[in-house]
Amino acid sequence: MGQRLRISRRDFVRAGAAVAAATTFPLPAFAQSSPRVVVIGGGFGGASCARSLKQIEPKLQVMLVEQSKTFIACPFSNNVIAGLRAIEKQQFGYDKVATAGVTVATQAATAVDATKRTVGLADGTSLAYDRLVLSPGVDLRFDALQGYDEAAAQKMPHAWKAGEQTLLLQRQLEAMDDGGLVVIAAPANPYRCPPGPYERASLIAYYLKTRKPRSKLLILDAKDAFSKQRLFQNAWKELYPGMVEWVSLSQGGKVNAVDAATNTLITDFGNHTAQVANVIPPQRAGRIAEIAGAADKTGWCAIDPVTFESKGAPNVHVIGDACIAGGMPKSAFSANAQAKACAQAVVTLLSGGSPASPKLINTCYSLAAPDYGISVAGVYAPKNGLLADVEGAGGVSPLDVPRDFRAREAEYAQSWFATITAEVFG
Amino acid sequence: MLAASEPPPGSASCSGCHSTAATSSIPPLHGRDAGEIARAMAGFRDGSLPATVMNRIAKGFTDEESRAIAAWLAAQK
Repeated sequence: MGQRLRISRRDFVRAGAAVAAATTFPLPAFAQSSPRVVVIGGGFGGASCARSLKQIEPKLQVMLVEQSKTFIACPFSNNVIAGLRAIEKQQFGYDKVATAGVTVATQAATAVDATKRTVGLADGTSLAYDRLVLSPGVDLRFDALQGYDEAAAQKMPHAWKAGEQTLLLQRQLEAMDDGGLVVIAAPANPYRCPPGPYERASLIAYYLKTRKPRSKLLILDAKDAFSKQRLFQNAWKELYPGMVEWVSLSQGGKVNAVDAATNTLITDFGNHTAQVANVIPPQRAGRIAEIAGAADKTGWCAIDPVTFESKGAPNVHVIGDACIAGGMPKSAFSANAQAKACAQAVVTLLSGGSPASPKLINTCYSLAAPDYGISVAGVYAPKNGLLADVEGAGGVSPLDVPRDFRAREAEYAQSWFATITAEVFG
Repeated sequence: MLAASEPPPGSASCSGCHSTAATSSIPPLHGRDAGEIARAMAGFRDGSLPATVMNRIAKGFTDEESRAIAAWLAAQK
C-alpha cells in the first residue's frame, strides 16, 4: 500500500500547481456553521450528488428527497425486456446513502420557493436550504402524441422508466406468437438515453431470433439519424439479417398518433398494426423543475456550465437528464459525472469561492447482443455558455474490428454498471 | 491534503467506470502509481497503447491535465 500511494516529487509538484491554480480558497470556511443542501431526485445524478457533497464537505447538512424507497435503474433494463436479466438486478436502495451521512426523505417534493429557499414535501413539511440541487430526470409527455396517454401506456408500454413498464413489455413479447410484428416508436431529440431505442431493438431482435425467429421488428423514427447509427445498422445486418427495419423521419417514420384499442401506430405514410407496440413518447424535465422555475419553454433546464446553476432560478442547480448540457447526452454516466462536478461547485460557492471550470466525461455502452458491445464517449468543457465537446476527443467504437473487440466492450458495459451503481448506491 | 482541495478538472469522472474493486474487468486507478497512469494516458493519446475507449477519452486531456489527474488519483485511497 505504502508503495502504491507514493507519488513522485515531480508529479506531486505538478498536481499541486494545478490544484492551486484551480482553487481560490484554502479550505472550506463557511460563514455559518453547517449550510444546508437539499437534493431532489434519487437517481444516478441526485443520489451521487448527495453523497459527493457529504464526501467533499462532511460539515454540510445534506438531505436527499426521493419518493421511491427503491431505485430501478434504466441502464441494462433492455436486457430485462429481452428476458436476459432479472429486474431485481436493477433495484437499489438508499441505506448506504444514509450511512454516508445523507438524510434521506422518502417523500415527493411538491413545491419549491426559490425566493424563500424552501422545498415543500407532500406531507406538508417545509425544508429550508442554502442551495438546492434538482435531479428529477424526465417526465414522459402524455400530451404530445395523439392517443398516447397514461391509459394507452398500459396497452402500448413506453418502458422508458424502469419498473412495471419494463416488465409489461417483457410479458407482451413473451406472450407474442412467432411471426408477430414488434414496433418501436422512437422520439425526436432530445430525450433520455439517445442510443436506448436502438439497443432495445437489438436485444428484442436477439430474443426474437432465438425464440420467435419468424417475427419482425420495425422502428418508426421521428428523426433521420441516431446515436451509434452505423454501428447498430451493421450489427443488425450481421446478427439479425432481414429482421430489423428502421424507418427514418424522411421515409415517413414519424408516429403522429396511436390507437391503443387496436395497437395501431399512425404515420403520414400509413398505419402499422403491431402485436407488440413500444411507444417512446417525447419527454421533458421532471415536473419539479418547472415548479421551481428552472425549466424553460423547451421543457428542459438551462444551466451555467461551470456551476450547473439554473439560469431561471437562483441557488437552484440542475443536473442529469433534466438539464440542457450542450454536447453531453442524457445518460446515467453524464448524470453521475455532472453530479460530482456540481457537488464540488456547490461546496465552493457555499464557502465563498468561485468554482473552477470543470471537465466532464461521458461513456455510454450499448449492447447489440449480450456479447456485442459498442460505445460512444465524449469529453466536455464549458464554452460559450454550454458544455461543449472538446475537439479531437470522443466518438464511437471503430466500425471494422474483430468480434472479440465487441465482446470486450460488452464486458466493460457490465463492469461499468457494477461500478457506477456501487459508487452511487453501494 | 490533495483530497481536501478542489480536484483537478476531469478527475471526478474516472470513477464512473474505474472502481476501487480489483474484481472489475476495468482496471482500478485509485492509489495507483501516478507516473503509470500519466504514461498510460499519453500512450492512449498518441495511439501507442491499444484501447477500446480510453484512446477517445485521453484525446480530451492535455499532458499536463493528465498528470494532474494521475497525481490526484494516486493520492486517493
